[in-house]
Parts: sequence; structure tokens; C-alpha cells
Amino acid sequence: MNNRSAPAHFWRWFDPRHHQPGTWAFILNRVTALGLTLYLALHLVALSQLAMGPQAYDNFIVLAKTPVIKVGEMLVIAAGLIHGLNGIRIALSSFGIGVRNQKQIFAGLMAVAAIGIFIFAFSIFGGA
Amino acid sequence: MSSTKWTITLNISRQKGQEPRKFQTFPLEVDPDEYVLDAVERVWAFHDRSLCFRHACHHSTCGACGMLVNGVEKLTCITLIRSVTKNGGILKVEPLRNFPVISDLVVDMGQFYLRMDQAHFAQVAELDESCLPFERQLFATPGGEYERLVDCIECGCCISACPGAHTSSAYLGPAVLAGIQHAYNQSHDSMLLDLADHHDGVWRCHSAFECTAVCPSNVDPAWRIMDLRKKAVVHRLRRAFGRKEAITHE
Repeated sequence: MNNRSAPAHFWRWFDPRHHQPGTWAFILNRVTALGLTLYLALHLVALSQLAMGPQAYDNFIVLAKTPVIKVGEMLVIAAGLIHGLNGIRIALSSFGIGVRNQKQIFAGLMAVAAIGIFIFAFSIFGGA
Repeated sequence: MSSTKWTITLNISRQKGQEPRKFQTFPLEVDPDEYVLDAVERVWAFHDRSLCFRHACHHSTCGACGMLVNGVEKLTCITLIRSVTKNGGILKVEPLRNFPVISDLVVDMGQFYLRMDQAHFAQVAELDESCLPFERQLFATPGGEYERLVDCIECGCCISACPGAHTSSAYLGPAVLAGIQHAYNQSHDSMLLDLADHHDGVWRCHSAFECTAVCPSNVDPAWRIMDLRKKAVVHRLRRAFGRKEAITHE
């Protein structure tokens, strides 16, 4: 029904004003999905090092243990938790479960995600 | 109404034809207990007769005066000025989003009304069928054969707020899907589910619940869309296992 151009549509997503928690959940789901897709591609590239001999793979493992890559891994875990748990909320509401309490369910699941992210962060960085 | 006077700045979206949209500013003295529509009407009456906007009933029955007020969809005839701005503040009034703008604050609702017709949306329903299942019913004589106007006033606020409608003009939108849900509850006509059960129907909804947040009439379109999804899945399963529907078309 709209008659506005596509770029105008795109930028409206990043207007932080007046959004309901459901829209933030939607934006989070899209952003994390894009991040996880990018990770999948990088993961496949990393695995392809196996076919280039033991030395190439060892070099990659050295790179994987650098702080930048560890932060990247942390982001992947965060994206996986947020996307997966938010997916549960969407699946539940799509079957009519907890529709009227979806804000509380979203807050609860994101709290679980935050706890999970903290635990993984501690295991990745705390033991170093 | 009170004797209090506020000075506010009304920022009204102006757009004629294919011209780019611009905002025109009108300083106004208002009573904060007036409604936003009163302020818009005052601009039209005393400042600029070329301002186009829609309104009719002034009591939230016709659904004509839905606009974007300070970034949020509001029925301007029931939105108190004091609830959306402050003394010395700005009142930004824009046309509804996700509809083509015809002129200034007037949008083209034609496609929307057509879809409501296709949904067989009934304006009147029996009392028992007119409420959401979790609503407290306030009828004086429960169980009688009475009818009432249904809640949806077809203002389009839910479509304006919907992020799904924002991405696809083919999406039926919350009001139409809520209308289908209501009509299906009345008729159990499986054709209605076919109308909603596709990627531009119930499955484009992203569970943002913006529609329910802005609905001025407590229709709860998001709940109805979720209910319609459930019914669509049950319908598909029944069809897959060869169960016949209650309604058949001749």
C-alpha cells in the first residue's frame, strides 16, 4: 500500500523512536541472522584450510586464538542465543501460546540469553 | 476544558501531488485539554484553508482522523494535546505511513477498504461473537439475541505502524487479517483461511505487536493474527488428512 522508496523503508528500521519490544525483537532477529549467515561463510572458509595441508591449518589455529577472533566467537555465541531464544518466542506466539504476555516472554528469554552470554564470556576470557 | 492556555508549535506535513514532503510550522495557543484534531482544524480555519485532512465524527467512531502524532499513530479526535506534548512543545502531525499520500494529511485508503471487503468483514456481530475471548463482557443482558458494532473502525493506524506493511505493499496488513479472523469465527468459511494463509497474509507478520499497541479501539489485531495462524495450520492439517470442512461452496 505504501508509495515510498525502498531506501526510506530501510532507514526507518534504525529509527530508535517509538518502537515496541516486538519490533526490537524483530530487528535483533534480523541482525543476528545476518551475523550468523556471515559466520557460516567464514566457518566454511576456515574449514577449507584443512584441504591445504597441516601447516596452513596450524597457522589458522594460531590466528583463531587471538583476542580479536575470540571476541568474534563471543559475538557468534551471543547471536546464536539471542536468535534461537527469540525464535522460541515467535514459535510460541504463532501457536497462540503466551501472545498476551509476549513482552514478558521476550524480556525473560533475553535475560536467559544475557546469562548464557556471560557464562560463555567467562569461559572464553576468564580462564585465559 | 480548562482555562489553562499553552503555546505550542504545530509542525504539519505538507505534500501536494508529486511534490516532496515538507513541514509547515504554525504557532498556536491551545487549551491542553483540547484534542489534536481541534488544533489541526484551527490551522485550517484561521491560518491555511488549503490544508487537507480527514475527519468526520469527532468521537472515535468513523476512523477517519488517524494520523501520525509526534511519530506515533493516533486517532486525533480522542488524543488530548496534553498527552502528546507540553507547554512550549512541538506537535508534529504527519499522514499515516504505508499508505499513498493524496494531499497533506490525507492518504489513499482505497486498497485497504477493498481488502476489508474481500475479508467479508462485518460491521455488526452478535454479542457473543463480537468480543475477544479474554475480554470482560459488560453486557447488560448476556445470552440475549443482541448485536453490536464490532470494534474495528478501519482507521488504518495498525497498518501504518506495522513493520511488515512497511516492507511489502502486497501484505494484507493487521486490520484485514483481524477482519478475516473475525469473519471466519462467524462463518467458518475455509475460503477466508485461503485468503490469509500465504506469505503476504498471516505469515508475513513478524510478531512486532505494533498494531495492537496503536489500535485505538482495542481490536488486538496481533492476537487475532496469531489465532488465525493457528486456524490456518489446523485447516492445512485437516486438508492433508482428507478431513472435509464444515462449509462447502456450491
